[in-house]
Amino acid sequence: MLRLSEAVHNQMVAHCLVGLPDEACGLLAGDPDTGDVATCYPTRNLAASAKLYTVDPKEHLRADRDAEAGGHSIIGVFHSHTHTEAYPSPTDVAQAPDPTWHYVLVSLRDASPVVRSYRIVDGSIQEEPVVLRPQ
Amino acid sequence: MPVTVHLPTVLRSHAGGAKTVDAEGGTVGEALTSLTAQYPGLSGQVIDADGTLHKFVNVYVNDDDVRYLSGLDTPLTAADEVSILPAVAGGAVGTAPTHP
Repeated sequence: MLRLSEAVHNQMVAHCLVGLPDEACGLLAGDPDTGDVATCYPTRNLAASAKLYTVDPKEHLRADRDAEAGGHSIIGVFHSHTHTEAYPSPTDVAQAPDPTWHYVLVSLRDASPVVRSYRIVDGSIQEEPVVLRPQ
Repeated sequence: MPVTVHLPTVLRSHAGGAKTVDAEGGTVGEALTSLTAQYPGLSGQVIDADGTLHKFVNVYVNDDDVRYLSGLDTPLTAADEVSILPAVAGGAVGTAPTHP
């Protein structure tokens, strides 16, 4: 389960909308045991593409350090699919770096953005609930 | 030269769960080789069999990505910190499979 505040949810979706027409991406920090997200780190998409994303490695390092300093860890990544559904693509699955992470997809295909979260373990995709918690 | 290496969560299980480990080397390549000598489970996870940096990791000396320095030949000095993080990438290339 991924638990996040409405503020983090909105921050993620806003970053994806601002990134159009390219895919946008960012990292999520929080508690790896509970899936509680504390902080959203929007990052630059180094691929600058409507079909690919690469989290800027320097921003990843900064986010990782900031999260660790706050007693958290990077527990997941989000990115947008600009014209497809909020489901991991074969590229997403092939490049998923960490089986403990939450892989959040923000689909901008329809008028209202759709946010869904997955675990990807050994190439197998499992959707998990996304729960908005009170502020 | 002794250096501290920060490991990402995905690799910590290969190093007894440690977040940071000590390594030895005058270059990034030497430090990473000493790391895999200590923790054989890391072999192939950071440096490929052909001796190049694994495509899906980023290695930093202090604040800088070694791909923008001298790669594995990047020299290390005392008190340098080496960090390893997964390369995070993907995208909608290719059609998403149909699913229930």
